[in-house]
Amino acid sequence: MTFRLDQLPKKKYVLPGNAACAGCGMMIGLRVLGMALGEEVVLIVPASCSSVVQGLAPKSSIAMPVLNVPFASAAAVATGISEAFKALGVRGHAVVWAGDGSTVDIGFAAVSGAAERNSDVIYVMYDNEAYMNTGIQRSGSTPKYAWTSTTPVGKREQKKDVALMLAVQGAPYVATANIAYPQDFYRKLKRAAEIPGFKFIHLYAPCPPGWRFDPAKTVEVARLAVETGVWILWEYDRGAFRLNPPSTIYRDRAKRRPLADYIKIQGRFAHLSDEEVRFIEEEVEAKWQRIAKFLE
Amino acid sequence: MLPLASPALASAGVTGTWRIYKPVVELEKCVDCGVCWQFCPDSVIEWERGRKIQIDYTYCKGCGICAEVCPVKVIKMVPENNT
Repeated sequence: MTFRLDQLPKKKYVLPGNAACAGCGMMIGLRVLGMALGEEVVLIVPASCSSVVQGLAPKSSIAMPVLNVPFASAAAVATGISEAFKALGVRGHAVVWAGDGSTVDIGFAAVSGAAERNSDVIYVMYDNEAYMNTGIQRSGSTPKYAWTSTTPVGKREQKKDVALMLAVQGAPYVATANIAYPQDFYRKLKRAAEIPGFKFIHLYAPCPPGWRFDPAKTVEVARLAVETGVWILWEYDRGAFRLNPPSTIYRDRAKRRPLADYIKIQGRFAHLSDEEVRFIEEEVEAKWQRIAKFLE
Repeated sequence: MLPLASPALASAGVTGTWRIYKPVVELEKCVDCGVCWQFCPDSVIEWERGRKIQIDYTYCKGCGICAEVCPVKVIKMVPENNT
C-alpha cells in the first residue's frame, strides 16, 4: 500500500477548538484513525481523555459517530454493534478507542472476552501510561520507576504487555503502533479493517502534562521510544509474527540509542539513579529477547 | 430527547487564547512537505500540495509540535506579546 501525505483525506476528523491539552499525543493518533477509516467507523469510547475531548455536549470535536460507554464495557458494546451491523447488512467497523486504564485494568475481562468470541471489532488502545484524565494515577500500563500522583517515588511493578497477551490468546490480528510513525499506524488500521475477527492495536501516545515534558516534544519522545528500543513495533498477522520498520534494525542492541536520551527528556523519570537506568536498559533487552522467541 | 452532541468547531471555546508562543512560518523557505499538517494534534494547519500551509490562529494552542517536526526548521515559536 502506498502512503502519500498529499493523498490523505483533508477532511478534519478532529475539529479545532477541542478540549485536548496542547501537544496531545492521543489526538495525533485519532486524526490518523479518521484519515484511515473515518467514513466507515463507529467509535466506542469508554471513560478516558478522549471522552472529555469529544463529550462537551452540545458540541463534539470528533467528526465521526461516537458512543460513550461505561469504563469496563467498551469491548462488549463493540461486539453488540458489530453484530447489529451484520444483522442489518451495514458496511462499517466497530472501533473501540480506549485508553490504557480501561483496557489493561478495568476492562480487561471484556477485552479478553471479545477476543475469545472473536468478535468483529477493531480495538485501539492508546497508551499514555497512566490515568491521565483524572490526574495521572498509575495504571497497569505505567512503566516501572515512573512517577505518577499515586506512585510518588516511582512505580514498583512492571508494565503489562497487553498486546503480547492477546497475541498469545490467539486474536487474528495484533499490532503495536506509535504516533511518531503515522504511516505505519495507518497501514495497520487498513490491514485490521480487512481481517474478520478481533483486531487489537496498541498505540503509544505520549502525554506532555502526565509525563512532564514540553508539549512541543510529543513526537520526539515517541520517536525516541522506538529508537532506544523501549517501544517495539511489531505485528502478528494470523499466525505470522514480524517486526516492522524502523524497529527491525533495533533488534541489534548496538544500533539502539542510549536509553538516557529517552529518560532524561521526561520529568516522570527525573528521580532515577544511573543504576536504575541501567536496570531499565536490561529490562528493555529482556523484552526484546521475549519478542525474538516469537520471531523464530 | 436523546443527549446527542454534533460535531462543531470550538467545543471548548476559542483555544487560541491558550497560546504563549505563536508558530510563525517563513513561507518562502517552506518545502511544502506536509509533515506539520500530519502531526498537528488540533487540525489547525491547512495544507494542499502546491499551496503550502496556513495556520488557523483562532484555535492554534501553540504546542510547538509543528516547529519541532519541520524538516527544514522554518517554523519559529515567537512569544505572543511581541507580535
